[in-house]
Amino acid sequence: MTMQYPRESLASEPQALTPDYKSTILRSPKRPLIGLDPTISELSGPVYGQESVLPTDSDLTRQHSGEPLGERIIVSGRVMDEDGRPLPNTLLEIWQANAAGRYVHVRDQHPAPLDPNFSGAGRCLTDDAGRYTFTTVKPGAYPWKNHHNAWRPAHIHFSLFGPSFLTRVITQMYFPGDPLFPFDPIFNSVSDEKARQRMISTFDFDTTESEWALGYRFDIVLRGRAATPFEDSE
Amino acid sequence: MSDHGLMPSQTIGPFFAYALTPTAYDYAALAGNDLRTDDAVGQPIVVTGRVFDGGGDLVPDAMIEIWQADGEGRYPGVSEALANTRFKGFGRSETLEGIYRFSTVKPGRITGPEGSDQAPHINVGLFARGVNRRLFTRIYFEDESTNQTDAVLALVPDERRATLIARRDGTENGLPRYVLDIRLQGEDETVFFEA
Repeated sequence: MTMQYPRESLASEPQALTPDYKSTILRSPKRPLIGLDPTISELSGPVYGQESVLPTDSDLTRQHSGEPLGERIIVSGRVMDEDGRPLPNTLLEIWQANAAGRYVHVRDQHPAPLDPNFSGAGRCLTDDAGRYTFTTVKPGAYPWKNHHNAWRPAHIHFSLFGPSFLTRVITQMYFPGDPLFPFDPIFNSVSDEKARQRMISTFDFDTTESEWALGYRFDIVLRGRAATPFEDSE
Repeated sequence: MSDHGLMPSQTIGPFFAYALTPTAYDYAALAGNDLRTDDAVGQPIVVTGRVFDGGGDLVPDAMIEIWQADGEGRYPGVSEALANTRFKGFGRSETLEGIYRFSTVKPGRITGPEGSDQAPHINVGLFARGVNRRLFTRIYFEDESTNQTDAVLALVPDERRATLIARRDGTENGLPRYVLDIRLQGEDETVFFEA
């Protein structure tokens, strides 16, 4: 199927410069982006299959000898294109802080404990229906130095490939009802209200497992629509 | 308009390395910065450069991703001929000390619009703290005559084209080295694309 990538769909993307998020001030290009019509270079993309994923990669609670501390959760959803068609065999990578709000990263200086049973990195592939599932623990909020008393709402970083170079996206998944949303310049770097809501997972009773873990649902739409037959024949 | 709105981008943040470029961590990397394989067709080269912010400081916490064709201009996943080869065409480099570096093969000419050739190039995605959405650029090579007729380079004003063209600069580990700095902002700001 020939895909097209309408640029109008990008209207909900964050601007490069969002001054409340201070790191953008010197890291945002000032010249306008130069538009190009996609070539084979952009319409193709890296292929990573089952060989790139271990069974333990999608269960972040089973990567060490013991169980991590924290609230065990199951995060699942569907990855789709802009027509709502499932995207199978798409690689997802996630990373997150532990339940105390601390990252394994060597440069994370937040004085909260590391958890010897939690690294916080995972990956998986979507199945034939575009579905994915991760088991993990709910990450904690953590402070950062953007402004006085700045706290990031709890989030899981998501990285997705999709079928082409143009579908590649890195985003963050948030949890419903977080009181920190109004104060977070990264969440609010997305100025479109509806688009911001898409980054918030929903509590999902159907995937909640009795006596085991709470379920959260997070569906993800990547760029791309089927070209209409007329455009196909051009 | 589509009923299915896109998931917006968010910054990669400062703490991605243990998941995406875990050279210093006990986690298997999906992709590293050496794209060469025994069966990769093309001249082995090194591509490297510095990444600067608008204040002229090096950016030590970016992730650079590249996506490229092999020496005959063939993309993995597209070319049947590459179906059973190990060449992935994809790599990731962190920018510790503000420098990215790839060992790879030099891509060949690539099919362009209406049967024309595109000059050899590497597609680049840059993610970093303070970068809300991936920045997309290309690396071309100064010793390629097809740069003169490349349709994408032709979109770029003359005075900015140099920001996309790596210069040949000696060798590294016996491989021809190409160098191109990336400037996120300011004078000589790198050309970034939207497709």
